[in-house]
Amino acid sequence: MKKQTIDSRPAGPKPWYDPRVRALVFQVISLAVVCWAGWTLIGNTLSNMESRGISTGFGFLDESAGFGIIMHLVPYDATMSYGRTFWVGLTNTLLVSAMGIVAATILGFLIGVARLSSNWLVARIALAYIELIRNIPLLLQIFFWYFAVLSNLPSPRQSMEVGGALFLNNRGLYLPGPITPEGFGLVWGAILLAIVAVVGVRKWAKKRQMATGKIFPTVKVSVALLILLPLLAFVIAGLPLEWELPALKGFNFGGGISLIPELAALWLALSLYTASFIAEIVRSGILSVSQGQTEASKALGLPNGLTLRLVVIPQAMRVIIPPLTSQYLNLVKNSSLATAIGYPDLVAVFMGTTLNQTGQAVEVVAITMAVYLTISLLISLFMNVYNRAVAIKER
Amino acid sequence: MSESTIKPPKKYTGPVKWMRTHLFSTWYNTLLTLVVGYVLITNVGPLLNWLLFDATFQGAGPEDCVGEGACWLFINQRLNFFIYGFYPDELQWRVDVMFALLAVAFVPQFIERFPGRKWLGIFGMTGLPLIGYILIPGGILGLEAVESSKWGGLMLTLILAYIGILASLPIGVLLALGRRSDMPIIQGLCVVFIEVWRAVPLITVLFMASVMLPLFLPEGMSFEKLVRALIGITLWQSAYMAEVIRGGLQAIPRGQYEAAGALGLGYWRKMGLVILPQALKLVIPGIVNTFIALFKDTTLVLIIGLFDILGTVQSTIADPAWQNVAIEGYVFVAFCFWVFCFGISRYSQNLERKLDTSHKT
Repeated sequence: MKKQTIDSRPAGPKPWYDPRVRALVFQVISLAVVCWAGWTLIGNTLSNMESRGISTGFGFLDESAGFGIIMHLVPYDATMSYGRTFWVGLTNTLLVSAMGIVAATILGFLIGVARLSSNWLVARIALAYIELIRNIPLLLQIFFWYFAVLSNLPSPRQSMEVGGALFLNNRGLYLPGPITPEGFGLVWGAILLAIVAVVGVRKWAKKRQMATGKIFPTVKVSVALLILLPLLAFVIAGLPLEWELPALKGFNFGGGISLIPELAALWLALSLYTASFIAEIVRSGILSVSQGQTEASKALGLPNGLTLRLVVIPQAMRVIIPPLTSQYLNLVKNSSLATAIGYPDLVAVFMGTTLNQTGQAVEVVAITMAVYLTISLLISLFMNVYNRAVAIKER
Repeated sequence: MSESTIKPPKKYTGPVKWMRTHLFSTWYNTLLTLVVGYVLITNVGPLLNWLLFDATFQGAGPEDCVGEGACWLFINQRLNFFIYGFYPDELQWRVDVMFALLAVAFVPQFIERFPGRKWLGIFGMTGLPLIGYILIPGGILGLEAVESSKWGGLMLTLILAYIGILASLPIGVLLALGRRSDMPIIQGLCVVFIEVWRAVPLITVLFMASVMLPLFLPEGMSFEKLVRALIGITLWQSAYMAEVIRGGLQAIPRGQYEAAGALGLGYWRKMGLVILPQALKLVIPGIVNTFIALFKDTTLVLIIGLFDILGTVQSTIADPAWQNVAIEGYVFVAFCFWVFCFGISRYSQNLERKLDTSHKT
């Protein structure tokens, strides 16, 4: 006998009462509305651009830019293309973001710990710092450092100096720069080798500890490897390193490493501002580890240092990582405030000068937004991987 | 009784005891206290001198600012500009009325047992923007029109933050509901919208609003700069708002959804009558925090050429008649923002403590 498919449901409701039909209709309508809106916007934009005589497409990226940029990490001069200005801006954004993330993390952890200090005075000062800094707009802080503090420094001829090597004036901060002649490659190789060796030793030590219970002094050996190997290579290669001192040439300093005041102001403000948020995150992370955990590890006989390293910090990190990620993202996004003081970051160079000169608003804005989207996704991805490593492992 | 009875340990009480436990408990704490204390004592005095004791408050013009201290006279003389921007002097009562109404609606929210506090809050969210919409631009009911390019200062900052938060709330609710929806296309659209706006900095959004929005609109249709900035801020803020509200939606136990469904409520009534009232109440602190963030971020509009409070100060400190008043200007703006933000954040912390029902020890 043939099997018949039987619809066991009672004669269903009218189709317009059926939730599945409704869902389908609803989605089709909303998709249609979005498509229509997108279509209209594109149509409007095209006709508007045509009437203003703006050509579309990415051809402008190959044209010569014709403007100078005060700071560039990749080689650049005014004859290069608009496409090159994009890379200059992007590298400058990444530079200040990376510097800011490092400084804000260190400062934030210090202040977060200070906030929990048993010393009343230190804890109060940390609290005052946090409450003061995070309730004042970042843009105002950038202006303060740039226009009120750094512009009031002495001129290059009267610059403050430390031992003839470090100069500070209203044109920036000048440090001695290392010159690495050939032969220094050996040192880089040694550093690389040391890192590989440390990773290997750690793996081996952990395996041995798991198998036999014997503890290997990993930290001491790692530090020794990291310092001794490059030092050895440095000596073998015949000390191939010289320092170039900054010197007054004409109206300004030349040579060495220079930090322009725009970068310094932005870096200071971003680090100080984000540190106040990170400090609160660190504090709540440490407080989230219950007292019982510390007591239990003491009862097991772990000394203070090990209690902190093996019990408190791993558990605190679980609470700290997710909000820390969003602070890093905020810092990268906030670095775009560079525009306000003229630090040549992506927004200032590309979305500012390049956009104004070419008038290619749609293309430039789309590229810039895509870059920030990519950076955000990359940081989230990286922090998610790290978070998975420290997250609670339930078995 | 023998003489050699051991005496009880020395007991310290009062300030001495407090200092021994809080400042000098160990050798490194003592060292820390001394170093920090020294730095504080050497710096606070000169700072106070500059801020208050040597400062100039009264006078007629720049020539009176000769002392070592701060020149608050500058702020005094430009205060009108910092608060109202270019708003005509004889019409400033309209802005004052709005300030007063704003205070009437929201200051009672800080006071626990204020009668009718809820109704004042509702008025602040509904009636107030309507009155403001009539009063500030004018042009109807016999009020003289004041175009938006003349608005500025603190007033503009408050308008941007207030409208930004008010307009982004309903959009945020819809986006959050969409993101939690079972319909894949709706969910996808909402996720893309939220994530894209959250990933880009506010500056790019403002640039986009001021440069690209005119390109998007059909020919002949255009908005003023302020409206364009507001559109950008609202879209950007609604993405953040959606994430806050989604947190609240997720915190409501499944049983509530199922119970509402079992009562036969449809989707909108289920959400409107059962889920959202509970979820929104849960996320009030979160909403207040996003408001603080937005309030600080409104300063960015000066980059696209609007004169908010920072913009007005920034444009006047360059005045050559006054010598180097940058620090005074920035301290003044910082103080304004700090008072607002710190006050509101204290309020939200209070709320959080009150709404927190977890039984942590």
